Amino acid sequence: MRVLHLLINGDRVTVAAPEHWTLLEVLRYELGLTGSKQGCDKGDCGACTVLVDGKPVLACLTLAALCEERAVTTIEGLLPAHVKSGGSGPDPVQAAFDECGALQCGFCQPGMMLSARALLDRNACPTRTEIQDALAGNLCRCTGYTQIVEAVELAVAKHCGVAPRRPGSARPRGRSRPPPRRA
Amino acid sequence: MLRLPKFEVRTPESLDAALALLAEFGPDARVIAGGTDLVPNMKHELVTPRIVVSLARIPELRGVGDAGAGWLRLGAMTSLADVAADARVRAQAPALAQAAGLVAGPQLRTMGTLGGNVLLDTRCQWYNQTYFWREALGFCLKKDGTLCHVVEGGSKCVAAASNDTAPALMTLRAELVFVGPQGRRVTPIDDLWLADGAANKKCASDELLVEVRLPPTGPGHRGAYGKLRERASIDFPLLGVATRIELDARGTITDADVVLTALQARPVRVKRAAELLLGVRAEGDAFLAAARAVADQAHRQAHPMPNIPGDAEWRRAMVPVYVRRTLEAAARGAGPVHAV
Ligand SMILES: Cc1cc2nc3c(=O)[nH]c(=O)nc-3n(C[C@H](O)[C@H](O)[C@H](O)COP(=O)(O)OP(=O)(O)OC[C@H]3O[C@@H](n4cnc5c(N)ncnc54)[C@H](O)[C@@H]3O)c2cc1C
Ligand code: SF4
Ligand code: FES
Ligand code: FES
Repeated sequence: MRVLHLLINGDRVTVAAPEHWTLLEVLRYELGLTGSKQGCDKGDCGACTVLVDGKPVLACLTLAALCEERAVTTIEGLLPAHVKSGGSGPDPVQAAFDECGALQCGFCQPGMMLSARALLDRNACPTRTEIQDALAGNLCRCTGYTQIVEAVELAVAKHCGVAPRRPGSARPRGRSRPPPRRA
Repeated sequence: MLRLPKFEVRTPESLDAALALLAEFGPDARVIAGGTDLVPNMKHELVTPRIVVSLARIPELRGVGDAGAGWLRLGAMTSLADVAADARVRAQAPALAQAAGLVAGPQLRTMGTLGGNVLLDTRCQWYNQTYFWREALGFCLKKDGTLCHVVEGGSKCVAAASNDTAPALMTLRAELVFVGPQGRRVTPIDDLWLADGAANKKCASDELLVEVRLPPTGPGHRGAYGKLRERASIDFPLLGVATRIELDARGTITDADVVLTALQARPVRVKRAAELLLGVRAEGDAFLAAARAVADQAHRQAHPMPNIPGDAEWRRAMVPVYVRRTLEAAARGAGPVHAV
């Protein structure tokens, strides 16, 4: 066992945990923060994504003993952080996921929203390609991703003051789009 | 749920303290950088150290800087995301920036380091599995067993070198700086490799990789990286191709290099690439013909094994395609070549 001094969602937490535990295990099984999901547990799926010093990392591959003196944000911390910074209700990313119905089973959502939050913190008005790149490490087995990308675009549109496209009206773009017809 | 076997974690704050721990615990100690290779391997009980020594608190191991005379130094603990985004790396060594930017997905590039990527363990679908899985099938000679599931009757492991930055660093003639009980040693990355999948690197367990050094490149330097995989962000390379072309002021090729990875236990250089491209202008039909000749040579040399995902025949058929496209991308000052 090792006594860890962690900074989780702005709170200083002292917790005793086995020294070889991952951050994910400490969050879920010592601190009861089960929002971070245990999917593959080996780095493939992104369901365990949390922010460490503002950057998305995989909690299933992070040793908790190496997280001391670093700021950890989990999905449970988004709403309080938003309220603390003067907002009301959930983080705009969470609100947009809600509005767009960007989920089915929901297992990928916490990781998705944290990757999206980290993107918007460093780039408030990203393009669709930048959004897709930032979410590339988060797998979703249900939605097909369209509504997820639209949800982030909705949060961006609200933030940047651009009228959002109606949820559900956008079609996936990029390589899969047929070439424009010649006149 | 995959639990880690028990170990203790140490966080030395200087190189000397880290070296002292490695000397004290010998084979029972293991270095952790980003942990993105080591932690899954520990979960699979492929490595079971008693002491895990983190390099995270040694500040001089992180960051990109000037090493004098036009050389760049990249600290071993610099994250792959930082390598990919660094303006100096992108200008001086585009193939490396592209390769680092195609490793895994965003989270893993934030965690994973350049040093950890150079020292990545080889991969095989009979090896990168849980203890339970490996025991059920029968252990193989890379870990715990005596036979190979890939080459029947084989006595040598053929697990694949799968680190994307390695071929790029080879085309760039990078040097590696290690420190160990005998002090510092500098070695060209070409000399790091052994053709043995069980242990494909000449690097002692009590040594630390401290930095990667890149020689200067001129305005005529071109480089690109091509990567074959089915899914971005999860798949290791099914094939990796790094290319380098040097041009004179008139756009004529004065030197070239092509290195492939994920085909065998070590990255392999395509033979006669420079010879075939020398004196050709890097555009038009003559260049395309020369690039095709290099691609054919690469195809003759490539014999992928059925040891990593992706049909081996398909991977072999993709070798000339990716070599040609990655040479063309370098000539155009473009890249990476990546279909996912
Ligand atoms: C889902 C997934 C996908 C991946 N995809 C790719 C991919 O596409 N391409 C790719 O190349 N890799 C891939 N990886 C592997 C890995 O993320 C990267 O190779 C990464 O760069 C490893 O670096 P690290 O710092 O995390 O290494 P670690 O896991 O910390 O270390 C790797 C090895 O090197 C040793 N080591 C590390 N640093 C030093 C040092 N300074 N001195 C001495 N020894 C050291 C460790 O002891 C260990 O044996 C993937 C991993 C996962 C989980
Ligand atoms: S190549 Fe053979 S010996 Fe090596 S890891 Fe695969 S099955 Fe094991
Ligand atoms: S649970 Fe961590 S990446 Fe899947
Ligand atoms: S909603 Fe089910 S995995 Fe994404």
